[in-house]
Amino acid sequence: MSAMNRRDFLRRTGGLIAGSALPLSLIELAFADEQQNFTFAYISDSHIQHIKGKDFVRNWDRGLIRTVGEANLMDPRPDFVMYGGDLAQLGTKAELDHGLELMSALRHDKVHYVMGEHDYYLDLGEYWERQLGPQWYSFDHKGVHFVVLNSVLTYDEWTHNRWSSGEERMAVMAGLDNPSGSPFMVGEKQRDWLRDDLSMIAKTTPVVVFSHSPLQKIFKNWNFWTEDAEQVQVLLKPFDKVTVFYGHVHQIQYNQIGNISFHSAMATAWAWPYPETYAQVDSLLPKLTVEMNRADPFFERDATGWQFVDVWSGNATLHYSLTENQPRTVAFNPKTGRPEDTVYQNDRIPPQQHF
Amino acid sequence: MSRLSRVRQAAWLILAIVPVVGAADPFTKQDLSDWQSAYDQVVTAGRDAFTDPKLGNNGVVCAQCHPNAANTHPETYPKFQKQLGRVAVMWEMINWCIRNPLEGKDLQPDDPRMIALQAYITQERRGVALAPGKH
Repeated sequence: MSAMNRRDFLRRTGGLIAGSALPLSLIELAFADEQQNFTFAYISDSHIQHIKGKDFVRNWDRGLIRTVGEANLMDPRPDFVMYGGDLAQLGTKAELDHGLELMSALRHDKVHYVMGEHDYYLDLGEYWERQLGPQWYSFDHKGVHFVVLNSVLTYDEWTHNRWSSGEERMAVMAGLDNPSGSPFMVGEKQRDWLRDDLSMIAKTTPVVVFSHSPLQKIFKNWNFWTEDAEQVQVLLKPFDKVTVFYGHVHQIQYNQIGNISFHSAMATAWAWPYPETYAQVDSLLPKLTVEMNRADPFFERDATGWQFVDVWSGNATLHYSLTENQPRTVAFNPKTGRPEDTVYQNDRIPPQQHF
Repeated sequence: MSRLSRVRQAAWLILAIVPVVGAADPFTKQDLSDWQSAYDQVVTAGRDAFTDPKLGNNGVVCAQCHPNAANTHPETYPKFQKQLGRVAVMWEMINWCIRNPLEGKDLQPDDPRMIALQAYITQERRGVALAPGKH
């Protein structure tokens, strides 16, 4: 295997499961200390949806099954797998169990999970926590400090006083455009925890943060938004290199705010429109972002996918593996000090124009 | 037959034969308000259908992929759909979505839910210039 690079391996083995070459590529990066470079796989937003009995929505199941199959073919294996949240659609035990069963086909030893609102608002994360552990935590890997936050909390009054049942609360929060929803936030308690957690870390240590919602404000109506994003950014500001990864938006987004690079994950389930396509309200999509191609509804996996991330010198290169599309790569450019698409940054193609 | 009935009958006969100048033109503020309200009710019914897990057969709703009906582009229809190999109108694409992601059965083009869905989708896109055929 050593003489074959990852692309060749995937090309050869991919044909066995997908009937064609897998849409993966890898830019090889060479650094003085290769021991410090590593890759992790990043899967998000599968929205496993229970119909009844043993029936689940086939389309969303297939997205996750395909992703797990592709991630299993990566060689060398990524060091670990991150799951970005919204494993379930309505947070039920049946959905979480089925989603975790599909995820259990991963060959990787370690999977870290992030809480999504679709996992949370039925029972406020109780079953999720029993299966997967704490809702926020940190860990270290090869000199990088990783932090996982639950960014989908909201005002206590909304969570506790408005609904006759967890099902009703979950149904409202599950509607992205439901005007009765409520803005996401990390909250004071977790920000205090984060301040403490980071106080033990040297400012030169690269920090990588995972949240479900963007820790930046893009579009409040659809919760492409975290209400206390600026207060979290302040805690991250003293560090030389910070990267924030988030799910929730089901589309390619990236940005640079000060020292913080932001990257979003594709969903394995379905694509979402860019907020600027809703003509009635203004939104703040980062100018830096070159949008993903518009989804072709006739290909049910189009505009879905997953990603793997190379961490090098404390910066990140995000490889989008898009099931019905050319792969995209968004890499930190040390010259400009921001993430940039390696092909399309200054040369968009017609499908990347959204309206 | 009473005298009043005879007069009514005669009036209908005249209406049927002679075009009555002026009867169709005037409408009042009340009319406008009534018509707007009739439209608004259909838009509301459209939003209900757009978020109804029973529209299809698997519990998936239109709004799951199309928040605020975004990415439906009602202003671009009719347009050529390469996957169909011909020009299609919007209700055909709505039925495509009902059959595929929603795993349901086609609605008739004049089904009140189909009309309501189009009213809601177009309402969310109000103010955008017509661009038939655009991709």
